[in-house]
Amino acid sequence: MSKKNKNAIDYNVDLIQVKNLKKYFNVGKGATLKAVDDVSFSIRKGETLGLVGESGCGKTTCGRTVLGLYSATGGEVLFEGVNIHGLNAQEKRDFTKHAQIIFQDPYASLDPRMTVGDIIAEGIDIHGIYKGQERTDRIYKLLELVGLNKEHASRFPHEFSGGQRQRIGIARALAVEPKFIVCDEPISALDVSIQAQVVNLLIELQEKFGLTYLFIAHDLSMVKHISDRVGVMYLGTMVELAESGELYENPLHPYTQALLSAIPIPDPELEKNRSRIMVEGEVPSPINPKPGCRFAARCKSAMPICSQEGPVLKEVKPKHFVACHLFND
Amino acid sequence: MSKILEVKNLRVSFHTYAGEVQSVRGASFDLEKGETLAIVGESGCGKTITAKSIMRLIKMPPGEIKEGSEILFEGRDIVKMSDKEIRSVRGGEISMIFQDPMTSLNPTMKIGDQIAESLIIHRGMSKQEALKEALRMLQVVNIPNAEKRLNQYPHEFSGGMRQRAMIAIALACNPKILIADEPTTALDVTIQAQIMDLISDLQKKLGTAVILITHDLGIVANVAHKIQVMYAGKIIEKGNTEEIFYNPKHPYTWALLRSVPKLDTKNKDKLYSLKGTPPDLLKPPVGCPFASRCDYCMKICKEQMPENVKLSSTQEVACWLQHSMAPKINPPIGIGGVDNE
Repeated sequence: MSKKNKNAIDYNVDLIQVKNLKKYFNVGKGATLKAVDDVSFSIRKGETLGLVGESGCGKTTCGRTVLGLYSATGGEVLFEGVNIHGLNAQEKRDFTKHAQIIFQDPYASLDPRMTVGDIIAEGIDIHGIYKGQERTDRIYKLLELVGLNKEHASRFPHEFSGGQRQRIGIARALAVEPKFIVCDEPISALDVSIQAQVVNLLIELQEKFGLTYLFIAHDLSMVKHISDRVGVMYLGTMVELAESGELYENPLHPYTQALLSAIPIPDPELEKNRSRIMVEGEVPSPINPKPGCRFAARCKSAMPICSQEGPVLKEVKPKHFVACHLFND
Repeated sequence: MSKILEVKNLRVSFHTYAGEVQSVRGASFDLEKGETLAIVGESGCGKTITAKSIMRLIKMPPGEIKEGSEILFEGRDIVKMSDKEIRSVRGGEISMIFQDPMTSLNPTMKIGDQIAESLIIHRGMSKQEALKEALRMLQVVNIPNAEKRLNQYPHEFSGGMRQRAMIAIALACNPKILIADEPTTALDVTIQAQIMDLISDLQKKLGTAVILITHDLGIVANVAHKIQVMYAGKIIEKGNTEEIFYNPKHPYTWALLRSVPKLDTKNKDKLYSLKGTPPDLLKPPVGCPFASRCDYCMKICKEQMPENVKLSSTQEVACWLQHSMAPKINPPIGIGGVDNE
């Protein structure tokens, strides 16, 4: 496709570098919830990094901490080489011009008492980018860009369907011409046919503006479709990271294998003939986690070392990273 | 096998300030003992309303089950039952798992009491017996530490466990029909797989017939015996699972099948997406409701609703393309065993 234009992925430039990022929440009684625990990855310019995992694995917290919406407990997030967790208030404000977020729930993330035009222009107003007629023109242009029309600017969110609301959320994120957008489960709340529309829109916009995405979702087949690389999180840690084709064809971590085998395939013959790797039980609590590998208690290949020492994410094949003692030789 | 449920020409409307919304417009289908029927379609296509009508859970007014609709459960018409009769059926012989396990449990009642409730009402058990049975049900649905869990409240359960508790409530009275309305939409894939396995295990064990309502065609492929596709209040295609997946005939079914990304599609290729939105059911179109979004729309489609055409003993489709004078259209690439190559 149009991968060879100027907006193609630049493999030499890391737009975002996350180094040993930690985000702990104090939940009282001396207990700590380790939502994100020592996670490192980088996102290249123009790339989409998918982040998958079950609810409560810390993927949303990770996305928000990368944007600086939460202050990090430890580690750093470098945006074009600058640690965003060391910025002062003014610099932080400027950073929000470059990094935006699309939220999961299109019903809860739009102010019901603001018109769509004002919602979209909020970032423009805060940064004082456009005023008066220019501002109005910009709103109209954004609405067109996401497949709505300018009559919609004076309406209120309740007049729109879920898919349309998500388009408004996308227009709002694009308003300040960001380089980087965190898409936090942007399609989970939508119907299948509408999901396809929104995903197509996101891909189209990426090609047009050279956007970089951190795409968070639990729909694994959609993540594979949109991402260049995919990271799998489990209970606050990154367990595997690889190019999306490689990860889905050749998953190495026992958790990734189980997760992928749980995806239902829309084909009755294939479904009948495949064997499923079931994980028993549920994700344990991230409050005061036990030492060692977080997945050890549910892992079929667990060894004694797994419950003593946490594995480190390392490259076991070119560009394929996994954190598992099975791959320590 | 014998028919346990027969729905004939079901029409349901809601009277709102804006007028009459015709949510279900003539749905007919049947269900056999031990069978799994999947109803698929977009939000607002009437699938949940169909299910709720079977349970007689439509609030009337504003709802109305139209004259001439019949829902025969073992030969008895649910539409005409008295309130007392329907109460003995609902929750006892036909029960339902709702979409959102977070909001459909009573937050002020212990889980054990909620399961025991229907046992006391429908099977006339004493509280003690009922609680003992509730404990057994919690074990059946694989909830660890069932004794302790029995005395806990819903907020102490995780999403997957709440859904298990709901299943326990629904199955406690050993119903003949279980209606599962998007039972896994709110859950993660791994938990989703566990729940679906649980439902089909229990179905095999207890011989329950299941109506599964969902928009995820992946889940359907695995568990359904037959599938019906709903659009704008009508069943536009039905057939057994193989027929719907490998030999679908309706353009809307094609669109549904194509908009799901397959794991073997190329990255970032454009996904097929349906343009437009379903029609407004306040003023449903005279012709085929899908006409305005259909790639193969002909003149007649906008003027007259197509008849149901029987293609096999199980497959039926309502589409003008099946008419002898219509052009022969091959399904799009990737549908019905045609490979992408």
